[in-house]
Amino acid sequence: MIKTLMFKRLIFVLFLSFLPLMAKAELTVEIVGGAAQQIPIAIVPFSTPPALASQDNVATVVGADLQRSGLFRVLETRGVASQPHALAEVKYADWSAIQAQALTIGSVEPLPGNRLKVSFRLLDVLKQNQLLAMEFNIASSQQRTTAHKIADLIYEKLTGEKGVFATRITYVNKLNGRYALQVADADGFNPQTVVSSKEPIISPSWSPDGSKLAYVSFEKKKPIIFVQSLLSGQRTVLANFKGNNSAPAWSPDGTKLAIVLTYSANSQIYVINADGTGLQQVSFSSGIDTEPEWTPDGSAIYFTSNRGGGPQIYRMPATGGEAKRITFEGSYNVSPHVSPDGKLLTYVKQDAKGFRIAVQDLATGQVQTLSETTQDESPSFAPNGRMILYATSIGGKGSLAAVSVDGRVKQRLTDNGGDVREPSWGFAIN
Amino acid sequence: MNKSLLASAVLAAFLAACSSTAVKDKPAAPVEDSSKSAATSSAADGASTAAASQDSVGVNPLKDPNNILSKRSIYFDFDKDEVKAEYRPLVDAHAKYLQANPNAKVMIQGNADSRGSREYNLALGQRRSVAVKKAMNVVGAQDKQIETVSYGEEKATQTCKDDGCWSKDRRADIVYEGE
Repeated sequence: MIKTLMFKRLIFVLFLSFLPLMAKAELTVEIVGGAAQQIPIAIVPFSTPPALASQDNVATVVGADLQRSGLFRVLETRGVASQPHALAEVKYADWSAIQAQALTIGSVEPLPGNRLKVSFRLLDVLKQNQLLAMEFNIASSQQRTTAHKIADLIYEKLTGEKGVFATRITYVNKLNGRYALQVADADGFNPQTVVSSKEPIISPSWSPDGSKLAYVSFEKKKPIIFVQSLLSGQRTVLANFKGNNSAPAWSPDGTKLAIVLTYSANSQIYVINADGTGLQQVSFSSGIDTEPEWTPDGSAIYFTSNRGGGPQIYRMPATGGEAKRITFEGSYNVSPHVSPDGKLLTYVKQDAKGFRIAVQDLATGQVQTLSETTQDESPSFAPNGRMILYATSIGGKGSLAAVSVDGRVKQRLTDNGGDVREPSWGFAIN
Repeated sequence: MNKSLLASAVLAAFLAACSSTAVKDKPAAPVEDSSKSAATSSAADGASTAAASQDSVGVNPLKDPNNILSKRSIYFDFDKDEVKAEYRPLVDAHAKYLQANPNAKVMIQGNADSRGSREYNLALGQRRSVAVKKAMNVVGAQDKQIETVSYGEEKATQTCKDDGCWSKDRRADIVYEGE
């Protein structure tokens, strides 16, 4: 199943983190496998002002995004006689000669006030017509983000699904004995440290608007839940009750979080307002109840419980009440995460080979195991529901991986220095 | 209500463990042979001699390698929080020491191996530490002398490939205040 290495990219640290100790995090993304049918697309390097020559060309970023999705084959454009930037310069015969079905051209021009005009067109080579044309007037620091947005537009036009290139991910990077909670672009670029500690950090959870992270830190020698703004860096204690405070999950409307406390000695699920008031216990069992996850409509909570013996996934009303068991295959199913449309559930399933990522159709109950490694954890859906990001272990070192919900497209994101774990796929970059 | 349910569950687990299952899930390595023989031979009077020896000889029984009180780790089966029968003498000895030394305090640190989810393992480590605490309570240690904490899998070995390695991480450690 592992195909040849089609794509490999080193990432630069573009931002100086405000915690310089942790600034050297570099994720590498590899594609291991792709869809059976890939759309051949040619992307001509955008004409670019000399001042931006040191940055990646927009075409390079767009091409890498599309290639990484596994749904596109990005064609080599060097050696093609014509290198158009404007519609009038396009010679379709040059592009049908290299079997391109789609062609992207564009330009970046300087504007006054340190701004840029980025233009692009998506053309159908077979029909010889224009599918998309758009212009962006942006701050010059936004070129890379704009390239991701262009990739999203092309992806959506040609596949019919929303793209997720202009989104961010979060994860914990253990490096030189310290734990750093980091946020990076979905391609691993621009890693920024949100907080770092010499004690473990686990379970980061995005607020629905993508502006805040809730997470668990052991910095006070016991697990406490913090909420931190990504814009201001300001952080507050959400829950520091007697015992463990862990597993935060935001409600879809962002007003509440489900959390887990061992206040009564045993891990149970509580709901608390986002400002730390109004604590209410919602699960009552003599076993472990943990890893709450709201349904997209906010009416119910999926969670892990060992009330029946081994850990299985259950669902209960968000206000508490009778829990219904959801997983039945195998003796160990944990870490539920629901797809944005509420139809699929991904979780960690133990089978004879180890701990792997599974996806379950909630209507039919059908379960498919998606990963082939043996120590996989923390699955979460991309905002378009097509990919699942998770943590895996290679040679005892944590790294990230992603797999499409049909199991065909696989990506691996490895850090060349750190031990990366606890990923969660967040939301679109504005 | 929850509390008493849990307590009786732990008690039931004990009784079950005592009756039969001690040998079945023999861990590959976790307990050194010396501790096992010490545990089985001197369990009954280990604690009282320990408590006495502190005053008379000046050797700290908690640090004396010949004393069962120097053994601090209780090991568990995968995804289980029952204190197995083979660790009863160790747990009893510490409980009796706490009873004899009302000012002594311990922290029981629960751990899990690195497999599965970090959050579930955090909860499991907590159950393990609480199971040891309840077992000590039964023998006479007071609530105020015992704190519990879970590190989940955060302190676990990341490079394990077999159960001989994983089994060492599935444990609760007894740490005395001031150590």
